[in-house]
Amino acid sequence: MLTYIVRRLISTVAVVATVGVFVFLLLHLSPGDPAAIIAGDNATSEQIDGIRSKLGLDDPLPVQFVRWAGQVLTGDLGVSIFSNEPVLKLVGQRLEPTVSLTLTTLFVAVTLAVTFGVVAAWKAGTLVDRLLMVLSVVGFSVPVFVVGYLLIYVFAITLRWLPVQGYTPIAEGLVPWARNLVLPSIALGLAYVALIARITRATMMEVLEEDYIRTAKAKGATTRSMLLKHALRNAGVPIVTIIGIGVALLISGVVITETVFNIPGVGRLVVDAIAKRDYPIIQGTILLIAAVYAVINLMVDLSYVVLDPRIRYQ
Amino acid sequence: MSDTAITRQAEPGLLAKAGRLVRQSPTLLLGALILLVMALIALLAPVLSGDPLLMQPIQRLKAPSEQFPFGTDNLGRDVFARTLYGARVSLAVGLTVATLSVTLGLAIGLASGYFRSVDAVVSRLLDGLMAIPAILLAIAMVALTKGSVAVVIIAITIPEIPRVVRLVRSVVLSTREEPFVEAAISIGTPVPQLLVRHILPATLPPLIVQATYICASAILIEASLSFLGAGIPPEIPTWGNMIAQSRLFLGRAPWTIFYPSAALALVVLAINLVGDGMRDRLDPRLQKRMR
Repeated sequence: MLTYIVRRLISTVAVVATVGVFVFLLLHLSPGDPAAIIAGDNATSEQIDGIRSKLGLDDPLPVQFVRWAGQVLTGDLGVSIFSNEPVLKLVGQRLEPTVSLTLTTLFVAVTLAVTFGVVAAWKAGTLVDRLLMVLSVVGFSVPVFVVGYLLIYVFAITLRWLPVQGYTPIAEGLVPWARNLVLPSIALGLAYVALIARITRATMMEVLEEDYIRTAKAKGATTRSMLLKHALRNAGVPIVTIIGIGVALLISGVVITETVFNIPGVGRLVVDAIAKRDYPIIQGTILLIAAVYAVINLMVDLSYVVLDPRIRYQ
Repeated sequence: MSDTAITRQAEPGLLAKAGRLVRQSPTLLLGALILLVMALIALLAPVLSGDPLLMQPIQRLKAPSEQFPFGTDNLGRDVFARTLYGARVSLAVGLTVATLSVTLGLAIGLASGYFRSVDAVVSRLLDGLMAIPAILLAIAMVALTKGSVAVVIIAITIPEIPRVVRLVRSVVLSTREEPFVEAAISIGTPVPQLLVRHILPATLPPLIVQATYICASAILIEASLSFLGAGIPPEIPTWGNMIAQSRLFLGRAPWTIFYPSAALALVVLAINLVGDGMRDRLDPRLQKRMR
């Protein structure tokens, strides 16, 4: 078990390192010239050259890479070209909205999706099941921003129940914070709910045909205990896998959701940085996001052992 | 068995055939029908509607009427014409990305599943590529190279390739252990022929299903990129561009956002329905697990 964890840790580090190389090459081989952009439209070529050599963009690519990698390893993700603030500090400032949005969505979506999936599998073939599955295909087909604008139009503009957009820090009160997160969470979570509900239903249906479920029923287990204790517990591995895989969906969705609802989070930071070609921010945030994603996948893999004691890693 | 029974079995009436298809996979048919209509609309856009680029400042933000069935946007452009023309871009992007990523993924997957040395390198690279959320990678690529339709297509294709490779690779790994492959090896079949004639056919059913899902996801990502301003250039009417350009007018002119959104959702839904239907038909093993 310990060797397995060590091996998985090493491969996680390797994946993040590969992402680092990708991101570095992507940005440095692309045709845009950051020095020209920073200098502005009226700059002379000498000014552009000056900026370029100041930023070290003149050095050969391997030299630039080694310098950048060395900084990253010491926890320095560089300094924004435009605001001159350290990237880590900028990300830190934007972290609260993004984490709030992602965690509330994750929590609500997983609870809803697993409930829907279990109910659909339990009532397989009935109207309830059909309805839930139709909803799941639709939920998977409608893009985040379409759901977002629909929700804004109905609940914020027409009914005026909730704010149109923006974010209130949790320090300013739980209720305003939550009110601002309701619509973005639904928009962001819909596709995720659809994905998890489908897999939960399919896995539960398989498990419900097992002999031990029949045994549980025969010994008089209540429906509730049969579904939750006997069936759901055994359907855990595929469900957790899809929750982990779906986090990528959530991360992509966050970028769009933050734009639709004007939430000042990490997603907006990346989109704005890409528009301005702020290389250090783009490199740093993509790397951080990839690292978070890799760690989540590592946790998913390790959770299998807890969920299914039969799984033993050598 | 009488003669009539044999003829009936061999040649069921067209009506009976259609009836069976409707009963067995109604959603597949519904999806295919919607797609067919959409494709026709996309092809016939110049005939069915006016100029999608024409700006008529006097006609700004007009509600749907006889003259403008879907209303006009903030520059006085015909939302109906723009929605029809948007279908062209979406369908073209979806089909091209699906074709490209499946072709490339198939080639890489066959090589990586069969040759262990290739596999070691390719798998590591793809793990890295898959750790970057597709949309971020695409945004970065488009933003850094100045968007054009070709760049958008490449930027959406690249993150899709690893998923195809994974799928093909897993099929190759299980197929190469089959007795008929061993037999082919033992009679000295050259490797290229072995891969193409004996192993490739096994990968096709799941690949066709995967291709439809890629097509749907490509259309969604293209719209998202355009929406974020990192996609198809804004002067080209696409559904994502229309929604992005009208977002400030949601309260005053909801039709400017409603029609492109509805078209987008409908196309993606139709493709997903076709994908689900084909998966059920082509891969009965998956039927229970993935439905």
